[in-house]
Amino acid sequence: MGAGRGAFSPTMSSDTAAKLLPAAEFLKIPDDGDPYLEGYRCGACRAVILGPRPACPKCSARGQMQPTRLADRGTLYAYSIVHRSFPGIEVPYVSAIVDLEGGGTVKGNLINVEPDPAKIPFGLPVEVVYKDALGRKDREGNAYLSYFFQPRTA
Amino acid sequence: MSDVYILGTDMIKFGRFPDRNLTDIGAEAALMALDDAGVPFTDIQAMWCGNLMQADAMVGQRMLQYLGMTGIPVVNTANACATGATAFREAWMSIKAGIYDLVLAVGCEQMGKGLLGGPGGGRKGIQKEGLLGSSTMPAVFAEAGMEHARKHGTTFEQFAKVSVKNHHHSTMNPKAMYQIETPLEQVMNAEMISYPNTKLMCSVNVDGAAAAVLASEKKAKELGLGRAVRVRASALTSDPYSERDLVMPDVNTCTRLAAKQAYEMAGVGPEDVDLIELHDCFATAEILHYENLGICKDGDAGKLIDDGTTQLGGRTPVNVSGGLLSKGHPLGATGIANIYEVATHLRGEAGKRQVEGARIGLTHVIGLGSACAIHVLERVS
Repeated sequence: MGAGRGAFSPTMSSDTAAKLLPAAEFLKIPDDGDPYLEGYRCGACRAVILGPRPACPKCSARGQMQPTRLADRGTLYAYSIVHRSFPGIEVPYVSAIVDLEGGGTVKGNLINVEPDPAKIPFGLPVEVVYKDALGRKDREGNAYLSYFFQPRTA
Repeated sequence: MSDVYILGTDMIKFGRFPDRNLTDIGAEAALMALDDAGVPFTDIQAMWCGNLMQADAMVGQRMLQYLGMTGIPVVNTANACATGATAFREAWMSIKAGIYDLVLAVGCEQMGKGLLGGPGGGRKGIQKEGLLGSSTMPAVFAEAGMEHARKHGTTFEQFAKVSVKNHHHSTMNPKAMYQIETPLEQVMNAEMISYPNTKLMCSVNVDGAAAAVLASEKKAKELGLGRAVRVRASALTSDPYSERDLVMPDVNTCTRLAAKQAYEMAGVGPEDVDLIELHDCFATAEILHYENLGICKDGDAGKLIDDGTTQLGGRTPVNVSGGLLSKGHPLGATGIANIYEVATHLRGEAGKRQVEGARIGLTHVIGLGSACAIHVLERVS
C-alpha cells in the first residue's frame, strides 16, 4: 500500500517540480531548493502552529507569528489505521500525528509500514518525504506534491 | 438570580424517517415536552432551536408554523454535536438573566447514513482525505483513543467493552434506535472503520428530536413543582489551546474545563453524581471521558470498563440510555436527549433501566471544533 509514485529527488528537473502544486498551504515548494514544511512560531510564547495568524492562538500576542522551517524528522505520537473512507479513496492507510524535531505537530499519511497496530510502535522515529499526491489532480488537471511520513533508521 | 427548573421534557424514539420533514419531527418533540409540562405553547415566551444541517434555514421559525405563530423570539443554535445542549443553555441563561420565566429548547436533526461529510464536489484543489491523514470522525476519535492507549496501555478489547455495555443498556430503552445485545467478539469482529473503532463502536446517524420546557423558580412554583427537575449547573467551553489541538482535536481539555466549572457551580463532585450521559460518539471517546469527568483517576478508565463501575448497577452508571452508540446521535437533538434521559431517572420514571434513588445526574456533549457543554440536574424532592 501507498509507496507512492515519483519520489521527489534533486535530480527531478525544476520544470517538473514547478508544475506540481502543494497539497497543503504549509508545504512550500521553492523555485530553487527542496520542498519543506513551514510553521509559524510565536515570538512571545514560542508556540508553533501551521499557518500565519494575526494573533497567537496560545497567548494572544499580536503580530508575533513568524515563519519557520520545520524539521524533516520527528516521532510518531499517535495514529489510526483507516479502513473505511469516502468513495474513491484507497484504504487501508495510516493516519499519523507526528511531532517534528524542534517544534510543530503535523498530520499526514504514514507510508512504508504494514497497516497493523502490532507493527506500528508509538514513538517510531520518522522522516518527512515529498512525493506526488497519490496521482490526484484538480479540475484544471494540475498535479500536486504532498508530504508523507515514513520510518527512518538514523 | 433564580434557580431554573425543567418542567417538562421528552424525545421521540430515534430512527429513520425519510418520509417526514425535519420541522415536523422537531415540532413533535416540542409538543411532547409541552404536554409533559402541562403548559400550552401560547405561554412560551421564547424558543431556542438546535439544528446543525439546516442551520441557515430558519428551522425554529418554521417550527412555529406547527406550534403556533405567536411572534416570540426564536434563535437557531449551532455548535456541532453540542448544538442541543447549547440551545438548552441559552434558554437557561435567559431565565437566569431574569428576562423570561417560561421558555422552550428544541433539538432536531435528520441525517443520512454512514460517514459524515463527503468527497465534496466543486471544491478547489484536490481531496485531502486519505492524503494528509484522515479528518473523518471515526479516525479523529480513534487517534484520541490511541493516545490513551499510548499513555495508559488501554486495549482494543477495553474500548470494545464500551459498545457491549451501551448496546446492552439500550435493550431497556424503548426510545433507542437500536435495542440489540452485541457480545464482545461481535463488536471486535465487526467491520473495522478506523482502528480501533469498528462499525459497532461508532455512533449511529439517525433522525431524532428532543425538547425541554424551562421555567424560573417563580413560574415553576406557580405551576407546581411536582415532576420538576432543578438545573444545578450549566457550563460551556471552547477548546483552550493545547499543544497538538490544532492538528489532533483535543476533547480532553475542553471537557475538563467544563467539568470543573459545572462541579463548582453545582457545589458537587463526581462522587455525588448518580448517573452520567456522556458523549460516546465513538467507543474510544467514552473511555477518555471517564477521566475527563473525574469519575476515576487518569489512567484508570480501562479498569473502570473492566470492573463494571459504569454499568447499570455499578457505582457510576454511564449511558444507561444506550448512549450515542446505540440510542443514536441526531446531532442537534443529542444534547437535549441526554437531559431528557437524566431527568427521567431523577423523576423515577426510567422503568427497567432506572438508576435506583437517583438524585443528581450529569450530561455531557462535545461538538468538534470545539464546544463542550455540561449540565448538572437535581431531583426536586
